[in-house]
Amino acid sequence: MSPEPRKAPGSVRELFVFFSLLALQGFGGIIAFIEKGLVQNKKWMTREEFLEDWAVARTMPGPPAINMGIIIGSRHFGARGAFAAVLGVFLFPSFLVLGLAVLYSSFGHLPEVSNALRGMGAVAAGLLIATGIKLLTALPSNVMGLRVCAVLVVVTFVMIGLLHMRVAYALFGLGGLACVYAYRCLGRHRAADPASSRKDRGQS
Amino acid sequence: MSQDPTVVLALIDWWRLAENFLILSAISMGGPLILLPEMRRFLVVEQGWITNEQVTASVALAQSAPGPNVLFVALLGWNVGMNAGSYWTAFFAAMLSMICMMVPCSLIVYGAARWVQQNAHKLFVRAFKQGMSPVVISMLIASGWTLATAGTELQADWPIWLLSAVTVGLVLWGKIPLVLLIAIGGALGALGLLGGV
Repeated sequence: MSPEPRKAPGSVRELFVFFSLLALQGFGGIIAFIEKGLVQNKKWMTREEFLEDWAVARTMPGPPAINMGIIIGSRHFGARGAFAAVLGVFLFPSFLVLGLAVLYSSFGHLPEVSNALRGMGAVAAGLLIATGIKLLTALPSNVMGLRVCAVLVVVTFVMIGLLHMRVAYALFGLGGLACVYAYRCLGRHRAADPASSRKDRGQS
Repeated sequence: MSQDPTVVLALIDWWRLAENFLILSAISMGGPLILLPEMRRFLVVEQGWITNEQVTASVALAQSAPGPNVLFVALLGWNVGMNAGSYWTAFFAAMLSMICMMVPCSLIVYGAARWVQQNAHKLFVRAFKQGMSPVVISMLIASGWTLATAGTELQADWPIWLLSAVTVGLVLWGKIPLVLLIAIGGALGALGLLGGV
């Protein structure tokens, strides 16, 4: 874990404003914006911590990006924080998207509009891939070791990106196996080095 | 373009709409978009409230608009309400659908988040986070990959692929605000530099 002091949101209002601004910028999915905002701009968490929360957010029901908001909001301000984050993500974009739906029925047929959307979609795809690559840099500290992690990353990508298999197979099948393996690694780790595990426990 | 259906919504139908999203919300592991086939079956096939074209347009619009992609649920509701008569029913149906889609899963995640936080030091919680990490990262990359390549061919659509690739590079090594990158992509597209229709 990095030794530099961690910052935290000062108020529920700051949390609401943070998520509102992210949501209004986030074309084609907001997770890239949340990662950059939390880890690089606000420094409310390290990339490793972000990844741990993302693992929880991604396996729970609901949109993962909003689940991140609930996890972070509730950590700092309990239910009020979670509500502020969710409200921030939804409030302004919902009005915007309904307005766009009205506009779209009159302008959606223009080729410029659909071509612009294609361009924005291509950038949004790039943002997702880049965010994933950034998160890869947090893997060397994973208890399973880099080699096992690399295998998991490649197999998951082949299953979902290339073979278009159901996400649930990767998430609960492969992910489940990985959790069992990680459990064994952590157990071995603790047995081999009781001092480090005590330190881990003290940290949390 | 096919004719949009005209719909009459009784009170029980409003409840059915709400109930449908309340249930789907609780089982939307991996994100709501996974449940799109379920929503299509209910709204288009069983109830006949909206057309397939309206479903597709809702998803496309939500993905191209700012904000979370799950807003496509609000647009599905919006279309149901529009077919039922007016902007007012549309607005009400949009809000109802969105709220019903968000409340159950948010409560589950809130409970889970508190629990995970209180048990963060337990071995199986740490194992869960560590084990899932590589898989969920790869899923993020795979969804970007799918978004970039779906419905395109390398020979005809290489400018689109190139734009996605350059974006990856700029995000990793550049300091350009992400929203500016989106705007540039939109401008390049509108100018017709990426091919297309």
